[in-house]
Amino acid sequence: MATKRVQAATLCWEDVQEGYVLPIFQRITDLMNWNRFAAVNDEFLYIHMDDEAGKTANQPGVFGMGNLRWAYMHNLVTQWIGDSGFITKMAADYRGLNLKGDTLTARARVTKKYVENGRHFADLDIWVENQRGENTCPGQATVELPSTTEKPKRTVPRKS
Amino acid sequence: MTERPISYITPELRARIGVEHGNRVSSPVERGEIRRWAIAAYWPERPPMMYWDEAYAKTTRWGGIIAPPDFNPFAWPIDEEGFDEKVRQWRQQTRGNQQQKSQPGTRTLNGGTRVEYFSPIRPGNVITTASKLIDVREREGGRTGLMLITETETRWTNERGQLIRISVGTSIRY
Repeated sequence: MATKRVQAATLCWEDVQEGYVLPIFQRITDLMNWNRFAAVNDEFLYIHMDDEAGKTANQPGVFGMGNLRWAYMHNLVTQWIGDSGFITKMAADYRGLNLKGDTLTARARVTKKYVENGRHFADLDIWVENQRGENTCPGQATVELPSTTEKPKRTVPRKS
Repeated sequence: MTERPISYITPELRARIGVEHGNRVSSPVERGEIRRWAIAAYWPERPPMMYWDEAYAKTTRWGGIIAPPDFNPFAWPIDEEGFDEKVRQWRQQTRGNQQQKSQPGTRTLNGGTRVEYFSPIRPGNVITTASKLIDVREREGGRTGLMLITETETRWTNERGQLIRISVGTSIRY
């Protein structure tokens, strides 16, 4: 399949409204996702591989790594801001466990938009829910977005 | 019977607050690891092209492939300190089918993270980190018993000294 090289539509700061709810990022998670993530992050802990290890650690069974939920929160924001925006802050508390077969839904809402030193920002409340609607991972994020009032930014790497 | 500890916070632990430790230098970041990271993080959907298609990425404001914001260039360490630490963690972890429950204070959980991002990581970057313990506290948990909560701040820079991110990780021992 040929891959189309098309620049994604640019989300500008002026397009954003406080209270806006982002399109969700959702995954059903089990060992297939966790093993793949363990493989890239070298995160091979028995508690993420084995039910018995989870139980020995006083938990109901095997559970997923917080770092994958962290990735899903970034993915949620990235799919919204596209290639021109930049995540400047992300914070999360891991509250509930991500158990085998859970459907995780990353959600966010714009809480504030503002200009600081000529840069255009939006703050978000962000969280990851499981299929029971429990918030397993409350957090906050800030994004910097291009503005229609400025020239398109280009942050090309310097030659070293 | 497992004994309940009265406190995990020793004078030695307190003395470590604010002291830089465990500074790390990554291997040069490769395009392939960025691609694999993105595939794992987005599985089973295809990740955004700016993480794996150089021709496309050149057309973006970044002018080339960048890593996903949460990319960890310190996975799979091979330097003596990093490799030994991985092996130590592997030996210490709780395994299944043990006769006895693991002992209090030996179990760890990732409590949370907050990060400020300054520049993306790109292929070829060599990332250096400087870490320090910034806070220790305790809390009584329910099923888990007494919990030791530590916060560690890490500054990430690239080979040109450009600030990449400042992260604060919360670790829970119980």
